[in-house]
Amino acid sequence: MAVEKFPIEATHIMMFARAIGDENPVFSDPESPEALAAGGIVAPPTFPMAYMQFDDENPLRPKANEPWFGSGKEASGEVRESNGALHAEQSFTYVKPLRPGMILSGTQREGEVWTKASKRGGTLVFTETLTDFHDQDGELVVTARMVGVVPEVVPTKGV
Amino acid sequence: MTVSVHDVKIGDTKTDVIWKDLTRTQIVMYAGASGDYNPLHSDERYTVEVAGYPSVFSHGMLSMGASGRVVTDWFGAENVRYYGVRFVNQVWPGDALTATVSVTGIREEAGESLADLSIETVNQDGAPVVTGTAVVVLR
Repeated sequence: MAVEKFPIEATHIMMFARAIGDENPVFSDPESPEALAAGGIVAPPTFPMAYMQFDDENPLRPKANEPWFGSGKEASGEVRESNGALHAEQSFTYVKPLRPGMILSGTQREGEVWTKASKRGGTLVFTETLTDFHDQDGELVVTARMVGVVPEVVPTKGV
Repeated sequence: MTVSVHDVKIGDTKTDVIWKDLTRTQIVMYAGASGDYNPLHSDERYTVEVAGYPSVFSHGMLSMGASGRVVTDWFGAENVRYYGVRFVNQVWPGDALTATVSVTGIREEAGESLADLSIETVNQDGAPVVTGTAVVVLR
Protein backbone atom coordinates (compact mmCIF):
# COMPACT_ATOMS: atom_id res chain seq x y z
CA MET A 1 0.00 0.00 0.00
CA ALA A 2 1.18 3.45 -0.84
CA VAL A 3 -1.15 6.43 -0.82
CA GLU A 4 -0.01 9.53 -2.67
CA LYS A 5 -2.76 11.86 -1.46
CA PHE A 6 -4.88 11.35 1.64
CA PRO A 7 -6.59 14.72 2.16
CA ILE A 8 -7.80 15.22 5.73
CA GLU A 9 -11.24 16.79 5.41
CA ALA A 10 -13.63 18.03 8.10
CA THR A 11 -16.69 16.24 6.69
CA HIS A 12 -14.82 12.95 6.51
CA ILE A 13 -13.71 13.38 10.14
CA MET A 14 -17.34 14.05 11.15
CA MET A 15 -18.53 10.90 9.36
CA PHE A 16 -15.75 8.82 10.86
CA ALA A 17 -16.51 10.09 14.38
CA ARG A 18 -20.20 9.24 13.93
CA ALA A 19 -19.20 5.80 12.68
CA ILE A 20 -17.27 5.05 15.88
CA GLY A 21 -20.20 6.36 17.94
CA ASP A 22 -18.36 9.46 19.13
CA GLU A 23 -20.45 12.65 19.07
CA ASN A 24 -17.86 14.89 20.72
CA PRO A 25 -18.16 18.25 18.85
CA VAL A 26 -14.36 18.48 18.74
CA PHE A 27 -14.70 16.21 15.69
CA SER A 28 -17.43 18.17 13.91
CA ASP A 29 -18.04 21.77 15.03
CA PRO A 30 -15.12 24.22 14.80
CA GLU A 31 -17.06 26.79 16.87
CA SER A 32 -17.75 24.40 19.77
CA PRO A 33 -15.98 25.04 23.09
CA GLU A 34 -14.37 21.61 22.73
CA ALA A 35 -12.87 22.44 19.32
CA LEU A 36 -11.82 25.94 20.37
CA ALA A 37 -10.01 24.46 23.37
CA ALA A 38 -8.31 21.90 21.11
CA GLY A 39 -7.08 24.52 18.65
CA GLY A 40 -9.69 23.51 16.06
CA ILE A 41 -11.18 20.29 14.77
CA VAL A 42 -8.97 17.28 15.30
CA ALA A 43 -9.35 13.74 13.96
CA PRO A 44 -9.97 10.73 16.22
CA PRO A 45 -6.73 8.78 16.88
CA THR A 46 -7.73 5.85 14.65
CA PHE A 47 -8.67 8.08 11.67
CA PRO A 48 -5.53 7.21 9.64
CA MET A 49 -7.23 3.89 8.80
CA ALA A 50 -9.49 5.88 6.47
CA TYR A 51 -6.54 6.10 4.07
CA MET A 52 -8.28 3.09 2.52
CA GLN A 53 -10.68 5.51 0.80
CA PHE A 54 -7.71 6.97 -1.10
CA ASP A 55 -5.82 3.75 -1.83
CA ASP A 56 -6.39 2.94 -5.51
CA GLU A 57 -5.42 -0.66 -4.83
CA ASN A 58 -7.72 -1.16 -1.83
CA PRO A 59 -8.97 -4.73 -2.42
CA LEU A 60 -11.80 -4.20 0.07
CA ARG A 61 -13.67 -1.59 -1.98
CA PRO A 62 -15.95 -2.62 -4.85
CA LYS A 63 -14.95 -1.06 -8.15
CA ALA A 64 -17.13 -0.42 -11.19
CA ASN A 65 -17.15 -3.29 -13.68
CA GLU A 66 -14.88 -5.50 -11.57
CA PRO A 67 -16.02 -8.71 -9.88
CA TRP A 68 -16.74 -8.37 -6.18
CA PHE A 69 -16.57 -11.23 -3.71
CA GLY A 70 -19.66 -10.28 -1.72
CA SER A 71 -23.17 -11.39 -2.55
CA GLY A 72 -25.34 -10.27 -5.46
CA LYS A 73 -27.64 -12.78 -7.09
CA GLU A 74 -25.39 -15.45 -5.65
CA ALA A 75 -23.79 -15.61 -2.20
CA SER A 76 -20.35 -14.87 -3.62
CA GLY A 77 -19.02 -13.33 -6.80
CA GLU A 78 -15.49 -14.71 -6.63
CA VAL A 79 -13.19 -16.49 -4.23
CA ARG A 80 -10.32 -14.57 -2.68
CA GLU A 81 -7.44 -16.31 -0.99
CA SER A 82 -6.33 -13.36 1.13
CA ASN A 83 -9.57 -13.43 3.07
CA GLY A 84 -8.08 -15.68 5.73
CA ALA A 85 -5.95 -12.90 7.28
CA LEU A 86 -7.20 -11.39 10.52
CA HIS A 87 -6.25 -8.15 12.22
CA ALA A 88 -4.19 -8.99 15.32
CA GLU A 89 -2.74 -5.67 16.47
CA GLN A 90 -2.88 -2.00 15.52
CA SER A 91 -1.19 1.11 16.83
CA PHE A 92 -0.73 4.77 15.96
CA THR A 93 2.25 6.86 17.07
CA TYR A 94 1.65 10.59 16.69
CA VAL A 95 4.16 13.40 16.25
CA LYS A 96 1.36 15.98 16.04
CA PRO A 97 -2.46 15.88 15.89
CA LEU A 98 -4.24 15.14 12.63
CA ARG A 99 -6.17 18.23 11.42
CA PRO A 100 -8.41 19.18 8.47
CA GLY A 101 -6.34 20.75 5.69
CA MET A 102 -3.46 18.34 6.01
CA ILE A 103 -2.70 16.32 2.90
CA LEU A 104 -0.95 13.13 3.87
CA SER A 105 1.11 10.74 1.83
CA GLY A 106 1.62 7.24 3.16
CA THR A 107 4.67 5.10 2.61
CA GLN A 108 4.80 1.52 3.72
CA ARG A 109 7.67 -0.40 5.30
CA GLU A 110 7.73 -4.13 5.86
CA GLY A 111 8.20 -4.98 9.52
CA GLU A 112 8.92 -8.25 11.26
CA VAL A 113 7.43 -11.67 10.63
CA TRP A 114 7.08 -14.17 13.48
CA THR A 115 5.22 -17.36 14.28
CA LYS A 116 3.45 -18.70 17.31
CA ALA A 117 1.94 -22.07 18.07
CA SER A 118 -1.84 -21.92 18.08
CA LYS A 119 -3.97 -23.52 20.79
CA ARG A 120 -5.22 -26.00 18.21
CA GLY A 121 -1.73 -27.26 17.37
CA GLY A 122 -1.19 -25.29 14.18
CA THR A 123 1.09 -22.36 13.53
CA LEU A 124 0.05 -18.73 13.40
CA VAL A 125 2.06 -16.44 11.14
CA PHE A 126 2.16 -12.77 12.18
CA THR A 127 3.21 -10.05 9.72
CA GLU A 128 3.95 -6.48 10.75
CA THR A 129 3.49 -3.53 8.39
CA LEU A 130 4.43 0.05 9.19
CA THR A 131 3.03 3.06 7.35
CA ASP A 132 4.51 6.53 7.78
CA PHE A 133 2.14 9.40 7.00
CA HIS A 134 3.82 12.71 6.13
CA ASP A 135 2.00 16.02 5.60
CA GLN A 136 2.35 18.32 2.58
CA ASP A 137 5.37 19.98 4.22
CA GLY A 138 7.15 16.65 4.43
CA GLU A 139 6.78 16.40 8.20
CA LEU A 140 5.95 13.07 9.80
CA VAL A 141 2.49 13.21 11.42
CA VAL A 142 1.71 9.64 12.41
CA THR A 143 3.07 6.12 12.00
CA ALA A 144 0.56 3.29 11.81
CA ARG A 145 1.63 -0.23 12.77
CA MET A 146 -0.53 -3.13 11.69
CA VAL A 147 -0.09 -6.79 12.53
CA GLY A 148 -2.01 -9.35 10.52
CA VAL A 149 -2.24 -13.03 11.39
CA VAL A 150 -2.83 -15.97 9.09
CA PRO A 151 -3.47 -19.43 10.54
CA GLU A 152 -1.41 -22.14 8.82
CA VAL A 153 -2.76 -25.60 8.18
CA VAL A 154 -3.25 -27.61 11.37
CA PRO A 155 -1.06 -30.75 11.22
CA THR A 156 -3.02 -33.96 10.84
CA LYS A 157 -3.04 -36.15 13.92
CA GLY A 158 -1.09 -39.41 13.79
CA VAL A 159 1.27 -38.41 10.98
CA MET B 1 -9.85 19.11 26.51
CA THR B 2 -6.67 19.22 28.51
CA VAL B 3 -5.75 17.58 31.76
CA SER B 4 -3.13 19.04 34.06
CA VAL B 5 -0.41 16.90 35.57
CA HIS B 6 -1.87 17.95 38.93
CA ASP B 7 -5.26 16.46 38.07
CA VAL B 8 -4.25 12.83 37.58
CA LYS B 9 -2.45 10.20 39.59
CA ILE B 10 -1.45 6.60 39.01
CA GLY B 11 -4.46 4.36 39.53
CA ASP B 12 -7.07 6.84 38.32
CA THR B 13 -9.63 4.92 36.25
CA LYS B 14 -12.59 5.70 34.02
CA THR B 15 -15.13 3.24 32.66
CA ASP B 16 -17.67 3.92 29.95
CA VAL B 17 -20.26 1.95 28.01
CA ILE B 18 -19.19 1.81 24.37
CA TRP B 19 -22.15 -0.07 22.91
CA LYS B 20 -25.30 -1.24 24.68
CA ASP B 21 -26.38 -3.28 21.65
CA LEU B 22 -24.06 -3.03 18.66
CA THR B 23 -26.13 -2.77 15.50
CA ARG B 24 -25.37 -3.95 11.99
CA THR B 25 -26.09 -0.42 10.80
CA GLN B 26 -23.34 0.96 13.04
CA ILE B 27 -20.93 -1.52 11.44
CA VAL B 28 -22.10 -0.39 7.98
CA MET B 29 -21.45 3.23 9.02
CA TYR B 30 -17.90 2.26 9.92
CA ALA B 31 -17.40 0.51 6.58
CA GLY B 32 -18.59 3.61 4.76
CA ALA B 33 -16.39 6.03 6.69
CA SER B 34 -13.23 3.93 6.78
CA GLY B 35 -13.30 2.45 3.30
CA ASP B 36 -13.02 -1.13 4.60
CA TYR B 37 -15.97 -2.69 2.76
CA ASN B 38 -15.02 -6.29 3.48
CA PRO B 39 -18.37 -8.12 3.13
CA LEU B 40 -17.58 -10.04 6.33
CA HIS B 41 -18.78 -6.92 8.13
CA SER B 42 -21.95 -6.10 6.21
CA ASP B 43 -23.02 -8.93 3.92
CA GLU B 44 -24.79 -11.54 6.03
CA ARG B 45 -25.42 -13.90 3.13
CA TYR B 46 -21.76 -14.02 2.03
CA THR B 47 -20.48 -14.23 5.61
CA VAL B 48 -22.75 -17.12 6.62
CA GLU B 49 -23.01 -19.12 3.38
CA VAL B 50 -19.51 -18.69 1.94
CA ALA B 51 -17.19 -17.67 4.77
CA GLY B 52 -18.87 -19.90 7.35
CA TYR B 53 -19.30 -17.46 10.24
CA PRO B 54 -22.50 -17.35 12.33
CA SER B 55 -23.14 -13.73 11.26
CA VAL B 56 -21.39 -10.58 10.13
CA PHE B 57 -19.04 -9.14 12.74
CA SER B 58 -17.48 -5.83 13.68
CA HIS B 59 -14.28 -4.47 12.22
CA GLY B 60 -11.61 -4.68 14.91
CA MET B 61 -10.92 -1.06 14.08
CA LEU B 62 -14.48 -0.11 15.01
CA SER B 63 -13.95 -1.52 18.51
CA MET B 64 -10.56 0.20 18.74
CA GLY B 65 -11.97 3.51 17.54
CA ALA B 66 -14.98 3.35 19.86
CA SER B 67 -12.81 2.39 22.85
CA GLY B 68 -10.56 5.36 22.14
CA ARG B 69 -13.45 7.64 23.11
CA VAL B 70 -12.73 7.00 26.78
CA VAL B 71 -9.17 8.27 26.24
CA THR B 72 -10.10 11.28 24.10
CA ASP B 73 -13.04 12.34 26.33
CA TRP B 74 -10.67 12.30 29.30
CA PHE B 75 -7.44 13.73 27.88
CA GLY B 76 -8.38 15.31 24.53
CA ALA B 77 -7.87 13.82 21.06
CA GLU B 78 -5.22 16.46 20.30
CA ASN B 79 -3.12 15.14 23.21
CA VAL B 80 -2.87 11.49 22.13
CA ARG B 81 0.71 10.51 21.27
CA TYR B 82 0.26 6.77 21.09
CA TYR B 83 -2.68 4.40 20.95
CA GLY B 84 -2.14 0.69 20.37
CA VAL B 85 -4.24 -2.44 20.90
CA ARG B 86 -4.44 -6.15 20.37
CA PHE B 87 -7.66 -7.64 19.04
CA VAL B 88 -8.30 -10.60 21.31
CA ASN B 89 -11.89 -11.61 20.59
CA GLN B 90 -14.39 -10.93 17.83
CA VAL B 91 -17.25 -8.49 18.34
CA TRP B 92 -20.70 -9.44 17.05
CA PRO B 93 -23.92 -7.52 16.41
CA GLY B 94 -25.84 -7.33 19.67
CA ASP B 95 -22.70 -7.22 21.80
CA ALA B 96 -22.51 -4.76 24.70
CA LEU B 97 -19.01 -3.36 25.22
CA THR B 98 -17.54 -1.50 28.17
CA ALA B 99 -14.12 0.18 28.08
CA THR B 100 -11.93 0.87 31.10
CA VAL B 101 -8.94 3.19 31.00
CA SER B 102 -6.43 3.43 33.86
CA VAL B 103 -3.43 5.65 34.49
CA THR B 104 -0.41 3.35 34.91
CA GLY B 105 2.40 5.90 34.89
CA ILE B 106 3.22 9.61 34.82
CA ARG B 107 6.61 10.78 33.53
CA GLU B 108 8.57 13.68 32.12
CA GLU B 109 10.09 13.37 28.67
CA ALA B 110 11.74 16.13 26.62
CA GLY B 111 10.15 18.80 28.81
CA GLU B 112 6.64 17.35 28.56
CA SER B 113 4.50 15.55 31.10
CA LEU B 114 3.14 12.28 29.76
CA ALA B 115 0.65 9.81 31.18
CA ASP B 116 0.79 6.10 30.35
CA LEU B 117 -2.63 4.46 30.13
CA SER B 118 -3.94 0.93 29.97
CA ILE B 119 -7.13 0.14 28.07
CA GLU B 120 -9.35 -2.88 28.25
CA THR B 121 -12.69 -3.31 26.55
CA VAL B 122 -14.85 -6.25 27.55
CA ASN B 123 -18.10 -7.69 26.19
CA GLN B 124 -21.30 -8.62 28.04
CA ASP B 125 -19.71 -11.89 29.21
CA GLY B 126 -16.71 -10.07 30.68
CA ALA B 127 -14.40 -11.39 27.95
CA PRO B 128 -11.83 -8.88 26.71
CA VAL B 129 -12.19 -7.90 23.05
CA VAL B 130 -9.59 -5.14 22.83
CA THR B 131 -6.62 -4.61 25.16
CA GLY B 132 -3.94 -2.01 24.81
CA THR B 133 -2.12 1.09 25.96
CA ALA B 134 -1.98 4.79 25.19
CA VAL B 135 0.28 7.73 25.91
CA VAL B 136 -1.16 11.24 26.32
CA VAL B 137 0.36 14.66 26.94
CA LEU B 138 -0.60 16.41 30.17
CA ARG B 139 -0.68 20.20 30.17
